[in-house]
Amino acid sequence: MISQLLQGLFKHIDSFLMGCLLFTILVGLFVLYSASGHSFERVSSQLINIAVALIIMWLIASIQPQFLERVAVPVYLLGVILLIGVALFGDVSHGARRWLNLGITKIQPSEIMRIAVPLMLAWFFAKREASPRIKDFVIATALLLIPVALIIKQPDLGTALLVSASGFFVIFLAGLSWRFLLGGIVLTGALMPVFWSMLHDYQRKRIEILIDPSQDPLGAGYHTIQATIALGSGGMTGKGWLNGTQAQLDFLPERTTDFIFAVFGEEFGMAGNLILLLLFSLIIARGLVIAAEAKSTFTRLLAGSITLTFFTYAFVNMGMVSGLLPVVGVPLPLISYGGTSMVTLLLSFGILMSIQTHKKLVASG
Amino acid sequence: MKSSRELKNYQNEQHNFKVRLGVLGLLVLITFSLLAMRFYYLQIKRYDYYQTLAENNRISIVPITPNRGLISDRNGVVFAHNFFVYTLEITPSKIDNLETTISEIAKLVEVSPTDLKRFNKQKAESHNFESIPIRTHLNEVEAARFAVNRYRFPGVELKSRLFRHYPLGKLGSHMVGYIGRINDKDLEDLDDADLLSNYKGSDHIGKSGIEQSYESALHGTTGFQQVEIDADGRAVRVLSSQAPISGNNLILSVDSKLQEIAETAFGEHRGALVAIKPSTGEVLAFVSMPTFDPNLFVDGIDFDSWDSLNNSLDKPLINRPLRGIYPPGSTFKPFSALAGLEAGIRQPPFSIYDNGFFTLPNSTHRYRDWKPGGHGKVDMRRAITISCDTFFYGLAMELGIERLTNFVRHFGFGQKSGVDISGEIAGLLPTPEWKMRRYKQPWYMGETVIAGIGQGYTLVTPMQLAQATAILANKGVAMRPHLVAAITDTKTGATSLTKEIVNEKIPLDEKNLEIVRLGMIDVTLPGGTAASVGANATYSIAAKTGTAQVVGIKQNEKYNANAIDERHRDHALFIAYAPAEEPKIALAVIVENGGHGGSAAGPIARKVMDYYLLGKLPAIEPTSESLQITKPNNAAAPIKPIENAPEDEHFD
Repeated sequence: MISQLLQGLFKHIDSFLMGCLLFTILVGLFVLYSASGHSFERVSSQLINIAVALIIMWLIASIQPQFLERVAVPVYLLGVILLIGVALFGDVSHGARRWLNLGITKIQPSEIMRIAVPLMLAWFFAKREASPRIKDFVIATALLLIPVALIIKQPDLGTALLVSASGFFVIFLAGLSWRFLLGGIVLTGALMPVFWSMLHDYQRKRIEILIDPSQDPLGAGYHTIQATIALGSGGMTGKGWLNGTQAQLDFLPERTTDFIFAVFGEEFGMAGNLILLLLFSLIIARGLVIAAEAKSTFTRLLAGSITLTFFTYAFVNMGMVSGLLPVVGVPLPLISYGGTSMVTLLLSFGILMSIQTHKKLVASG
Repeated sequence: MKSSRELKNYQNEQHNFKVRLGVLGLLVLITFSLLAMRFYYLQIKRYDYYQTLAENNRISIVPITPNRGLISDRNGVVFAHNFFVYTLEITPSKIDNLETTISEIAKLVEVSPTDLKRFNKQKAESHNFESIPIRTHLNEVEAARFAVNRYRFPGVELKSRLFRHYPLGKLGSHMVGYIGRINDKDLEDLDDADLLSNYKGSDHIGKSGIEQSYESALHGTTGFQQVEIDADGRAVRVLSSQAPISGNNLILSVDSKLQEIAETAFGEHRGALVAIKPSTGEVLAFVSMPTFDPNLFVDGIDFDSWDSLNNSLDKPLINRPLRGIYPPGSTFKPFSALAGLEAGIRQPPFSIYDNGFFTLPNSTHRYRDWKPGGHGKVDMRRAITISCDTFFYGLAMELGIERLTNFVRHFGFGQKSGVDISGEIAGLLPTPEWKMRRYKQPWYMGETVIAGIGQGYTLVTPMQLAQATAILANKGVAMRPHLVAAITDTKTGATSLTKEIVNEKIPLDEKNLEIVRLGMIDVTLPGGTAASVGANATYSIAAKTGTAQVVGIKQNEKYNANAIDERHRDHALFIAYAPAEEPKIALAVIVENGGHGGSAAGPIARKVMDYYLLGKLPAIEPTSESLQITKPNNAAAPIKPIENAPEDEHFD
């Protein structure tokens, strides 16, 4: 009886994926405890974030993917309208206009786009019966660029990057011809100056400092320099949990959020880093399998995009902390402190699980 | 057939999809391998390097604060410079027990409760590994006493830091301004401007005057050293460094001697003086009286000094030239005059017969002249010389408020002069639309009449009045006023002069300018309202006196300067330029509660002009007690009119 109930409850949970996620999240809690200077408060507040996110994941996993297909367009339109709202009436903090004050609560509409863009594009390609034509790819690109442009304008480079990636993956998986892909890359290169002129000064500076962090060792370069010292001094096996001197001694900035990976790498070393890479790889691999097995165009594209966006997330953060990529304010998925990213992530994994566990119904229907 | 093709399509599509998925999977593998290689490089190959930096020694990035640029006058006399003082600084992260350490330090050098308060405040605001001063301005003895005991205090360092000093003290403090400690608001502003990293290591920022408005030029670029520090927090080895770039030096157009003469001439009076070189817009003197000592603010003003400055009735902290607003009174008349002449309604030989009052058509209301009984026959030139109110009442009425304000606006009334320090306010040039907006009332003809003599709603700042005079002196060519004449780049040594900017060229008839000029010259000659100011002058002075009322005097009550409270006496105004033929200096003087313009403000202007034009130093003056306030002129109606206009009004 009880086992039946449990089975019912977890019918739509993919156990392999769930296992990997929970293990990574658990590792994250330990790192957070160390990075926050042994703060139970931080850890318990993160636990609440996780609980909320897990419930949302469970709910989404139980919903049929067809429902998501139906709400794709309204969610996308709502997101774009809210983004325009932000551009017109948003609250400005530190030179960026990201939040929309709805009176009751403040929301960050760019977060909605992380889900809405892949939903919308997957819906769009699913509607095209035959192989998509050039015209379809042009429309899809426009659907992607509208929210991305609005997010860049805010400006929020990190989110813009992730939203672009999620949209690009759908377009690529939908069968964008290789010639166009190459052409697109060339065109993007040609449009770089335009893009450059759209950036705020501080974003340009970030990119310049990416190329040479020593340019600004007191400012933006400081993060990168301190993070590489922390990582490098971790060595093969790390200094041990709670023993990272750089992390404990205030040298590392933003060490519970964007730079938490430096704390992890210092305390658990190369071995820990490789294990974390392995965990991420398992999650990604499972996601790719789910995408490969998915039965409809919509679910297939959606699952592929979600999985690869997760990959982008992880790669950009670890690359930024280890000094390979610019500092663009992307958290380390499942580990960094913060409710919004946890909810968005687990929500997207809920979609993956929904796609996987409703497969038979779709196939028979 | 059709369905099989669809099936084939479907299979094709799925195959394609999987291929692409595979490609992306490969991409994941490649990038993760890249990361793994990076980890290998950092954590295995370069492990020793980073290990050394992190574990045995710690790397620290120490900002090197640039020297703030100097501010000097046009002759090189220094207004603001820097000097070194010893400070005792603590790095909290290197100390186990902060309280014991501080009490041990207190046995060697005095640590006052104020020092402690400041230390705790700064500690809360900064990183643990930054060093924070516990004491500043240590004298040689204290510094030496600490130095011999230094070994007992790991994590405490004797440093020498640059402090800002204003050697001339109170002189020109409103113009030079001061720097103060960076507060939360400053930090936010710096963050928004993305300048925060350039202020690592800086404790101070310009708070007012030139120090504030030229902050970006004065501050310089912060340098840094990447150093290894040992367990005691001492620098062991410099890994790399970049020298700071000192801030640029500013050379003001002001002459400090002229400034001093002007300030001294005010004596105990409150007021303001601005002198401008008409042909360039250079500000030669910028006086706001009383003034204050900017040195008090540099390291945080103590409460008592702040309290006495802030609550003083004399309001020494107000920047009067930029923020003091006064009715221009009769100093407005030359501009009304030019408006009338340019409009072609008061061309010679036009004259009136003044009976001592003016009435509007269909009204019995009398606008009185300051001289009971009137001046008799008056033409434009004489109207300026004797400051005939009746003449300008009629002129303003005939011209109308629109034409009047549209003309004088070109002289900068009602708008900021654009001088190069911030905080300026725009004054007020009233129009019917403005009054409707502000009071929801229509404009009355009577208000036009008194606007003609600078009364009513019109308000000016001393800066504006000086600028208007300079434009008049420069025959309608408005130069943008500026205090900073040149900036010397300390890195290259190159001096760049401030660009002289022509704000506007007002097209004016030479003939009309000449009439106004002659009228204004006569002001300082026998028979004029400021004949005493021009006495024995070896150059010609074009001037105009003015009086602005502070409190309303009731109808039929006589204004008696001696009988009323000193603070309720009229403000004295005076504008002048000289030499009248080829003006080298234009100025505006306001003496608050000084009484009449010619007698209270005029002599100050004369001393300034004498020094500037002749290099003549003023004679030793009798004390301010004996300064006579002469010629109590007759009273006037309230400055803020006028719903039920009083039976009659008169102004000087």
